[in-house]
Amino acid sequence: MDQLQNFGLLVYYLSQGVGVTLGVTAIALSTGFVFGTILALLRVYGGPLLGGFAAAYSMVIRGVPVIVVLFILFFVIAQFINLSPFLAGAFALGIASSAYQSEIFRGAIISVPPGQMMAARAIGMSRLKAILYVILPQALRLAIPSWSNEAAIVLKDSSLVYVLGVPEILRRAQYVSARTHEPFIAFAAAALLYFVLTFLTNRSLDVVERRYRLQM
Amino acid sequence: MNDLMVFIERVGPDLIEGTIITIQLTLVALALGVVVGLPAALARVYGGPWLRRFAVAYIEIFRGTPLLVQLFVVYYGLPDLGITFSRFAAAYITLGLNSGAYQAEYFRGAIQAIGSGQMVAARAIGMTQIKAIRYIILPQAVRLALPAWSNEAISMVKYTAIVFLIAVPDLMTKAKILSSRYFNPIPVYITVAIMYIILVAIFTVIVRNIERKMETPGLELEVERH
Amino acid sequence: MPDRPIVKIEDLHKAYGETEVIKGISLEVQEQEVVVIIGPSGTGKSTMLRCINLLTRPDKGRIWLEDEEITGAHTDVNKIRQRIGMVFQDFNLFNHLTALGNVTIGLTKVLGMNKKEAHEKAMWELERVGLVDKAKLYPAQLSGGQKQRVAIARALSMDPHVMLFDEPTSALDPELIGEVLTVMQKLAREGMTMLVVTHEMGFAREVSDRIIFMEHGVIVEDGPPKKLFYNPEHKRTREFLWKITELYGQDAETSPQELN
Repeated sequence: MDQLQNFGLLVYYLSQGVGVTLGVTAIALSTGFVFGTILALLRVYGGPLLGGFAAAYSMVIRGVPVIVVLFILFFVIAQFINLSPFLAGAFALGIASSAYQSEIFRGAIISVPPGQMMAARAIGMSRLKAILYVILPQALRLAIPSWSNEAAIVLKDSSLVYVLGVPEILRRAQYVSARTHEPFIAFAAAALLYFVLTFLTNRSLDVVERRYRLQM
Repeated sequence: MNDLMVFIERVGPDLIEGTIITIQLTLVALALGVVVGLPAALARVYGGPWLRRFAVAYIEIFRGTPLLVQLFVVYYGLPDLGITFSRFAAAYITLGLNSGAYQAEYFRGAIQAIGSGQMVAARAIGMTQIKAIRYIILPQAVRLALPAWSNEAISMVKYTAIVFLIAVPDLMTKAKILSSRYFNPIPVYITVAIMYIILVAIFTVIVRNIERKMETPGLELEVERH
Repeated sequence: MPDRPIVKIEDLHKAYGETEVIKGISLEVQEQEVVVIIGPSGTGKSTMLRCINLLTRPDKGRIWLEDEEITGAHTDVNKIRQRIGMVFQDFNLFNHLTALGNVTIGLTKVLGMNKKEAHEKAMWELERVGLVDKAKLYPAQLSGGQKQRVAIARALSMDPHVMLFDEPTSALDPELIGEVLTVMQKLAREGMTMLVVTHEMGFAREVSDRIIFMEHGVIVEDGPPKKLFYNPEHKRTREFLWKITELYGQDAETSPQELN
C-alpha cells in the first residue's frame, strides 16, 4: 500500500512537469510554424537570393543535432537578452523545428496544382493575394499529416530542455531519483507520462486531420 | 589567422577523437536497429497474436517516448533492477532499440505495400512461409524501405549527440568539455556544428549512392524524421 | 457599337525554348462576336488565348484590350484580368472553397465587395449557370460538367468584357459536355464576346460568328462557319474539318469529294 501511495505521489509530482513540457512544445511548435511558413514561401516564391538563403538555413539547421542548435542558440540568446531557460529553450527548439517545418510546407505548397495559381491570377488576383487566399489555405491542409508527425517529434524533443535545467518531466524525475535512490521507478514513470502525452497528441491530431483533410 | 590556428590546435585532436566515437555509435546503432527492427516488423506482419502484441508494444513504447528518457532508464534506471551497463553499452543499446522501433515501421510499411499477392503466389508454388519471406518478400521490402531507411541512417548521426548526457566521449561530449575548459562555448559549439554538418553531408552522399545502386522502380515511402 | 475591336492582336510571337509555338498571328475580335478557334493540338491555340490575358508573356507583338495596349510597359496586369474571364480545360476550381466560395472570392478579395453583396451576386451567377442548388458543395462533390459550370460562373462574376474558353469540354465525359455547351450558347445569345478553343464542331457551326483555323503557329483561314465548313479556301482546312467531323461523329453530310 505504501508503495502504491509513493507511486501516486511520484506521478503527481512528475505530472506537474506536464504543463512545462506542453508549454515548451506549444511555444516551439508555433515559433517553428511561423518561421517555417515564411521560409517555405521564400523558397517557393522568393527569388534566387531569398530562396537560396532559406534553403541554406534549412540545410544547415537540419544538418546539426537539435541539442547543438539548442546550446548555440541558448548561449547566443543569453548574451543579449535575459530570458528564462524555459523561454530560451522553447524558442531555440522552435528555430530548430522551423527548418523541418519549412521542408514540410515547401513540399505542400509545390504539390498544390499549378492550375490553382493560374485560375487565381485569371480572376485578377495579385500574386500575393493568390498565395494568401488560394495557395496557402490548400497547402496547409495538405501538410497536416506530415505536420502531425513533426508535432509528435517536437513533443519528444522538448525533453532536451532538461539540459538547461528547466523543470519539465524528466528533470523532475531526476530530482526524485536523487532523493529516493530509486531511479528506475522515477524514469519509468517519466517515460509513461511522455507516452501518454504522445498518444493523446497523436489521437487529437488524427481527429484534426480527418476533419480538415483536403479532397482534390 | 593566427588565433584560428591556435584554436584549431587546441580543440582539433579532441574533436577528431570525438568524431570517431560518433561514427562508431552511428554505425553500431544502425546495425542494431536493423537486427531488432526487421524481425519486429516481420513479427508484426506475420507473427501469431502474442508475438505481434509484443512487437507492437516494443515499437509503440520506443517511438512514443523521448530518446533521452530511454537513455536514462537504461543507464540510470536498470542498475536499480540489478542490470548494469557501461556507458558505451547503454548508448549502443538505447540508440539501437530506439532506431529499431522506427526502422520496424519503415520495414512494416514496405512489407505491407508489397501486397499479399506476392505471398499468395509464393505459397502457390509450394514455398513455406519462411522461404517466401526470405526469397520473395524481403528482397522487395528492403528496396521499398530504402528511402525511409536512408533518412534514418543520415539522421542517426545527429541522434548520437544525446549520449553526451551519460558522458560517452563522442563529439558532443568533447564540445562540452572543451567549452568549459576554455570558457568559450560559442566558437566551440559552432565548430562542432560545422563538423556535424560535414558528417551528415558525407553520410548523405554515401547513403544516396547506395540508394541509387539499389534503385528499383516502385512505391516511395515518405516518412519524415529529424 | 464602338468602332474599335474589343480584342486586337498584332504580329504575336511566342517560343518555348527552341520551339516557336506562335509564329506571327494577327487578328481582331469585335464586340459580341463569338469566335471559335480550331486546329490540331500543339499549334499554339491555348498559348494564344493565354497571351490575351497575359498569363503567358508574348515574346513579340502587341495586344489591345478595347482602348488599352496591354502589352505596353505600364499596364496593371491584375486590372486587365478583371475585364477578361477565362475558363480552363481542367476547371481549376479552388478545392478548399465551396462552389459559392469559388464565385465570391474574386468579388470580395479582388473587387472588395462586402460579403452580403458578393453572396447575392454569386448566387445570381450560379443561377445563370443552373447550379444554385449546388452552392454549398465542394468541387470534389461535383461532376465534371458541374465543375466547369461553376468555373464559368466564377469567371462571369467579375463582369468581364470578353470570355476566353480554353478547350472547356475536352476533359469532360461525353454525356456531360452538353450542359456546358448549353451554358456557353446562352452566354453567346446574351451578347457576350467569346473566344473559344474547342473541338466541338457542332458548337462551332451553330453558335460561332467566325471560325479561325490555326496550324503550326499561324492562322490558316478565318471566316464565317458557312464558308469554312462548306467552301473553305485552303486544302488543309478542308482536310482537317473533314477528319475531325468524322472523328467526333457529327453528321458527315459533307465529304472531301462533295466540297468544291
